[in-house]
Amino acid sequence: MYDLPHNALVNFILPNNEEVWWSLMIVIYPFLTGLIAGAFVVSALYHVLHLKQFKPVANFALIAAFCFGLFAGMPLLNHLGQPQRALQIFGTPHLTSAMSVFGYVYSGYMLLLTTEIWLIYRKFFIQKANETTGIQRRIWYVLTLGVTTYHPESAQLDRRLARILAGIGIPWAVLLHGYVGFVFGSVKAISWWATALQPIIFLSSAIVSGIAILILMYTFIHWRRRVSPDYTMIKKLAIILWASFLFDWGLEMLELVHIWYQDSHEWAVVMPLILGPLYGSYVWGQIIWLSAVPVFLLGYAVLYAGNGRGMLFLVNVGSFMLLSQVLFMRFNVVIGGQLISKSARGFVDFHWDIFGKEGVLAAVILLTAPFITYYVLSRFLPIFPKAENDQS
Amino acid sequence: MKKTNSDSSPLGSKSRRVFLKQIVSGTATTLMIYASGARGGHKIARMWKQKSTKHHWAYIIDVGKCIGWGGCVRACRQENDVPEGVTRTWVERYVVTEDGVYVDSPKGGAEGFEPLSEDLKEKAIKSFFVPKMCNHCENPPCVQVCPVGATYKSPEGFVLVDNDYCLGCAYCVQACPYGARFINPEKHVSDKCTWCHHRVKNGRQPACVEACPTSARIFGDLKDPESEVSHILQEGIWTVLRPSMHTGPSCFYIGLPREVI
Repeated sequence: MYDLPHNALVNFILPNNEEVWWSLMIVIYPFLTGLIAGAFVVSALYHVLHLKQFKPVANFALIAAFCFGLFAGMPLLNHLGQPQRALQIFGTPHLTSAMSVFGYVYSGYMLLLTTEIWLIYRKFFIQKANETTGIQRRIWYVLTLGVTTYHPESAQLDRRLARILAGIGIPWAVLLHGYVGFVFGSVKAISWWATALQPIIFLSSAIVSGIAILILMYTFIHWRRRVSPDYTMIKKLAIILWASFLFDWGLEMLELVHIWYQDSHEWAVVMPLILGPLYGSYVWGQIIWLSAVPVFLLGYAVLYAGNGRGMLFLVNVGSFMLLSQVLFMRFNVVIGGQLISKSARGFVDFHWDIFGKEGVLAAVILLTAPFITYYVLSRFLPIFPKAENDQS
Repeated sequence: MKKTNSDSSPLGSKSRRVFLKQIVSGTATTLMIYASGARGGHKIARMWKQKSTKHHWAYIIDVGKCIGWGGCVRACRQENDVPEGVTRTWVERYVVTEDGVYVDSPKGGAEGFEPLSEDLKEKAIKSFFVPKMCNHCENPPCVQVCPVGATYKSPEGFVLVDNDYCLGCAYCVQACPYGARFINPEKHVSDKCTWCHHRVKNGRQPACVEACPTSARIFGDLKDPESEVSHILQEGIWTVLRPSMHTGPSCFYIGLPREVI
């Protein structure tokens, strides 16, 4: 049980606050956007730090990020009351709005990612266009953009261009994920959102979810293909995941401790929020079970569990829990902030809509779509280098 | 020092390059102004029109005069065709006791208020009604956050929404500290009090002001030194809601008790 804020005797919410206006679509929008971050982490490791060990997963990270990126804007579009007007954000962005240039930042990153992937696969497209006939050839031919010859000089140029794009892509990805946090952090009317730490929290949690999903997908794909995974590479990713999450968790806690220690107007509504409506999903879900437990699991895995299947199992369990932690965090931020009525004397009830336009089913479809897209693409593109014992 | 031909010629390559650069930067600047200003809160227009406006409207609520009848809310609903479940203006009832503060606003106060429980009556130290609505802020956060400039501040002080341009993203709903905005469930765009702009521009008062039997709601022109709002604001005994938000509300309250947030 918790006390209502500002000495309220009854739960009073303003008449226009009875509905949570930003629902599950706005929860999964930053979640899907965050999953793209795995690509820039691997890109930084391989292209910038020249860690050759990550070369076999470089293409995989890009394709996976592309699949998540394709659907990251869909929840926003689905959420709009007037989706047919969405392109106005490109034509007439109102530059004082934190949201106004998101269209450019997001689509610019997607364009960059697509170009990088195209440069990497150009040789393959040309090869397929020359090998196949009929309708298949036409499709591959379109992907070659009409150039069906490939010289050693072309390869050199493509590699150089891809590296330049990777170099631009890293700061751009940082901007993209930080920007998503700023959209929330800049709303001074909502105490639970308004913090300068929000962009960096969103960036670090995006990195966590991006690496976690890569580990999970990598393990699943190798298990399905009955190919032995690269344990050493997984362990290195797990170390980065562990460190990233410790940083992310530290920031999340810092934000909370800061509001608590200041004991200001914000704490008057935030304390009853986290001890009341968010007690299960924030305190027990986000902070205790889905943070403390994976920190221990990953810590044990990277420090003591060797380089075998035991380590792989622990890392995957930890990754799954951290992925869930980030989803919980998105929920607790987006929905949690809106549960504080602007009366500052009560909390709004969140109702789970199952089949509605922005309900659970729509969210599940949008969260599943990138994986289906990845599966389809993997039927046509060589994503992993062919292993000797590959039985697929 | 000798000048080369291209340097001295007005049509030389350097001049042409400068000319082209100027064309490109000029076009870019024009596009930027269009993008940020044309739809974006009509900034450019405002700069020119600010001084030439005939009126600067303001709204005053005298808390001591409100009897919680709800006629203002009903008049607003009827005048502006407000759908069920949301409201453009509402009245809150406060009962302050030693144990805490009781606040309610059933249906925004549109149907008045049920009598208080005996227990609450016994404990009551004071009770009062507070009408609320969009504050038509001078520095409106809703206008700041609108990604396409569909909501804007008019030169005469109205904060308005262009229904034909709003995306219905609800960012403005989140940004408003007063809970004055909502997404219209029928039109699927952002909605709020307009101070009955359509009536005011035809020389009439907002519907809520006209409906109030006790003159608790006062609307007038600050540019008219003889108007009631000018006199009241000159006296200086007023306050605004949530001053810490620095939004500069144009709704001013007289006799607002400290329990009101």
